[in-house]
Amino acid sequence: MSEGQMDEALRRELQRQGVWVTSMQELYNWGRKNSIWPLQFGLACCAIEMIATAASRYDIARFGGEIFRPSPRQADLMIVAGTVTKKMAPQIVRLYNQMADPKYVISMGACAISGGPFKQGYNVLKGIDRYIPVDVYIPGCPPRPEALLHAFMELQRKIDEQKLTGADKAAHLDPQQPSEFPVPAFGRHDLEPPANADVFQPPKLERV
Amino acid sequence: MSATVETLEAIERPPVTMGSRLEGELLEVSMGPQHPSTHGVFRMNVALEGEIVRKLKPVFGYLHRNHEKIGENTSYLGSMPYTDRLDYFCSMTNNWAYALSVEKLAGIEVPERAQYLRIILAELTRLQNHASLLGFLLNDMGAWGTPLMYAFREREKILDLFESLSGSRMMCDYMRFGGCRVDADDAWLARARQIVDRFPKFLDEFEELILGNEIVIGRTQNVGKLSADLAISAGITGPMLRACGVNYDVRKVDGYGFYPRFKFRIPLGEHGDTYDRLMMRALEMRESVEILKQALAQIQPGPIVNPKVKIRAFRPPVGEAYGRIEAPKGELGFYLISDGGPNPYRYRVRPPSFINLTVLEDLCLGHTVADVMVILGSVDIVMGEVDR
Repeated sequence: MSEGQMDEALRRELQRQGVWVTSMQELYNWGRKNSIWPLQFGLACCAIEMIATAASRYDIARFGGEIFRPSPRQADLMIVAGTVTKKMAPQIVRLYNQMADPKYVISMGACAISGGPFKQGYNVLKGIDRYIPVDVYIPGCPPRPEALLHAFMELQRKIDEQKLTGADKAAHLDPQQPSEFPVPAFGRHDLEPPANADVFQPPKLERV
Repeated sequence: MSATVETLEAIERPPVTMGSRLEGELLEVSMGPQHPSTHGVFRMNVALEGEIVRKLKPVFGYLHRNHEKIGENTSYLGSMPYTDRLDYFCSMTNNWAYALSVEKLAGIEVPERAQYLRIILAELTRLQNHASLLGFLLNDMGAWGTPLMYAFREREKILDLFESLSGSRMMCDYMRFGGCRVDADDAWLARARQIVDRFPKFLDEFEELILGNEIVIGRTQNVGKLSADLAISAGITGPMLRACGVNYDVRKVDGYGFYPRFKFRIPLGEHGDTYDRLMMRALEMRESVEILKQALAQIQPGPIVNPKVKIRAFRPPVGEAYGRIEAPKGELGFYLISDGGPNPYRYRVRPPSFINLTVLEDLCLGHTVADVMVILGSVDIVMGEVDR
């Protein structure tokens, strides 16, 4: 039975009586969104704010995300927290490839989004979304722990809305969708390729 | 009922026999750049014989953000926010070191209140840096979470002070050439006094919790011994040098700022092992509290910035200067060469954690691979400063 087939009033009435009617999709997403295990992986300054989010005052455990796993095999969420250099970018893509589906990425801070204050540097990648798909972006340098919690809640909302069946089902359920992306190599001057065209499609600006 | 508690040494173990084929062969393990205990994106190539480290080669550059090159292409004031991101735990001391070298270069005087504010903020930075270092170090030792939670509880209080003064928790960008950016009002000073007065309570609690702990002592004493001779010839500074018993603190040696006005002691270690390095941090926090109490009592109203310093189009005269301070991790210096233009001709950072890291192999040889993490934690590195 899928959602929407049942009368909402009847459902509420049943809930009041102690009978919880739900759909498989709702139950599945409810479980997934409340037990997101992030990868314990910090790059730079933002990683300290990520630790502060997990520590005493902000306590990400309230949202079910306190189990930071050091191994990508056990993690659901990669928080790219900090400046991605060209030396580090291949390792990040490799870590992403090693994570099991379904997997999500939060791009935390200005550096991970676009290079941030270090964008003019010769060794700085101008955004991790050139190589892996990003679900939530958080601006800030570094973003406050509240901002990371907000991104976490946005991700939970996104997971909650994912469909299990149908034409618009979640990407990780579609066998045609890639789950791994090519790892960039060191070229003569830059990383080869400079961006993965399957992932990175920046909007084209047209001057009128 | 009495149970006999056997120590680890007392338990008889069968002699370790290695297969003839593997005997003497080294196993190379690459630790990092993604590793739970490497404190950032640091990588070590370790050659192991069984569990014993025989060779260790650090690999740097995973966070090389071109700090110095950007500094040469940015105006003097424009580099100030970049210095925050060097050692991202201690933005205030980074600001101070950079401001000090520019002030030396251009011959700028700093008003009295600004000097006091700088000392207050630098010592608060030292408190939060050392507290979080101890938390991380115990995390590496297996005390998963609890000490770090205690340390971060205190750190958050100090970050609140920074935030209410400068507008940012971590990247404060607070100091300016010839002074500070914002004045602290009486309410801020009262809050700072309150936090400083309560800090020793946390230290008592923390020391009782960890420093007498048998596991901590077993994991740290006689692990990663550094001799005073090697430390001096390798240019080690900061708590790591003082743990070997060498009395060298830039606050006393240079007497920059108003440090000669304050009464404080320099704690010294004796053995140079990991336990001494750990204790050095705990004892330094007590001395920082003393400095803070004196500074918060002595601070007087007055101007916080030298009005003669030009903010726009600041061009120091031709020359070179090296300014250094005692950052929480060691001697932090900035070497600037000016050709009279708006940008420095050369902008060089002398990062304490990078130079302290050079002796890592000497510390780790002969110890087990589990001790490498503890030794690395006690060196206190931040990759933003190591790779720049």
